[in-house]
Amino acid sequence: MEEIIDVRGLLCPEPVLVTKQAIDKLPKGIVKVLVDNNAAKENVIRLAENLKWNVTVVSQGFDYLITLQKN
Amino acid sequence: MKNKKILVGVTGGLLGLLSVLLVKFGNPGNMGYCIACFLRDISGGLGFQKVETVQYMRPEIFGLITGAFFVALFKKEHKAVGGSSPIVRFTLGFIAMVGMLVFLGCPLRVVLRLAGGDLNAGVGILGLIVGVFIGIQFLNRGFSLGRATNLPAVNGYIFPITAIILLILSVSGTFIFFASKSGPGSMHAPVIVSVVAGLIMGVLVQRSRFCMIGGIRDFILFRDTYLLWGFLALLIVAFVGNLTVGAFKLGFQGQPLAHTDGLWNFLGMLLAGTASALLGGCPLRQLTAASEGNTDCAIAIIGLIAGAAFAHNFGLAASPKGVPVAGQFATLIGLAVVFLIAVLGTHRFSSIFGGLSHGRNN
Repeated sequence: MEEIIDVRGLLCPEPVLVTKQAIDKLPKGIVKVLVDNNAAKENVIRLAENLKWNVTVVSQGFDYLITLQKN
Repeated sequence: MKNKKILVGVTGGLLGLLSVLLVKFGNPGNMGYCIACFLRDISGGLGFQKVETVQYMRPEIFGLITGAFFVALFKKEHKAVGGSSPIVRFTLGFIAMVGMLVFLGCPLRVVLRLAGGDLNAGVGILGLIVGVFIGIQFLNRGFSLGRATNLPAVNGYIFPITAIILLILSVSGTFIFFASKSGPGSMHAPVIVSVVAGLIMGVLVQRSRFCMIGGIRDFILFRDTYLLWGFLALLIVAFVGNLTVGAFKLGFQGQPLAHTDGLWNFLGMLLAGTASALLGGCPLRQLTAASEGNTDCAIAIIGLIAGAAFAHNFGLAASPKGVPVAGQFATLIGLAVVFLIAVLGTHRFSSIFGGLSHGRNN
């Protein structure tokens, strides 16, 4: 199961909150988060790492696509 | 991530150290780096309020904005964005400032005051924590001020470049603005010391995303201690610093620029905490984000300045003598308005009221 969350334009803590609500629903799987600034990127990554999800980040123009994965 | 944790600790610690030093160099007691007090003095310096004891263009603020702006440019993090409920942000900033002036300090000064032994600040911190907790209840239920969108670049430069011009005017010693001859506004460190302290903090808070509200908020929401480290480092270093320079004095009575009315210390900070949590950060964080090109946060800063001017023009602000009745009423009205904004902006209610329903993907 895969979900893409677009948190571009949202100010902290919303990107993290929305991401948390999405991954709390899933015991495992892949969640993709689209962010548009470094602060949100760092915060989402920190949350995911704390919750033991694997994190990969790809830069997309001015945005970042963060892929969170748990098996 | 580990390096980041060290960075936020260093930021908090250095902020504590600089605060103690700035007081040593002339800033008012326990007001080393109070953003609310400084913005209030700037509102006086610009003549928006006419209380002659609180007028001074605090160079720390202009230095901070300049430092954060240049490091954001250098790190390619400067980007003009806006359009996320600007008038709501103005209002929340305005009301948050009223709460802070009823308490006499922003979320940063509450920690500095506690570090100086002012136990009234302990009451204030409790209010702040309860306020942030209330804000979180709305955030958890989907409160959102909506998405910001990218704007033409010029939008992102107006706020920081204005600050740079004011910084240059401060350093050059040009006498244009109002400056107090007595009272807190007349007490200040030498301009160059204030400017350097501002520049250093601007760079550090931009890199670490330091935020006092965020420290409490992220711990309650996610058990995330990242920003809380900065909060604790600030408290500990300012405490040790105050002990070292002999500025530590434990008690409720006779504290510098503080009053002992517990109820209003609590409610003032509660109001500031709730409004700031809905805004997404304390005044310091708003300043940093505004320097990075976020025009919504610039509007929140203008709201804070307007709130300070209003509070002083109409006798809402507290003084060491206590909180005027008008200030008590303003706090209660502020709480009512903030709760109304919170309810109307919350996703769960918004469909009923036809209000804001953005920020979510459904």
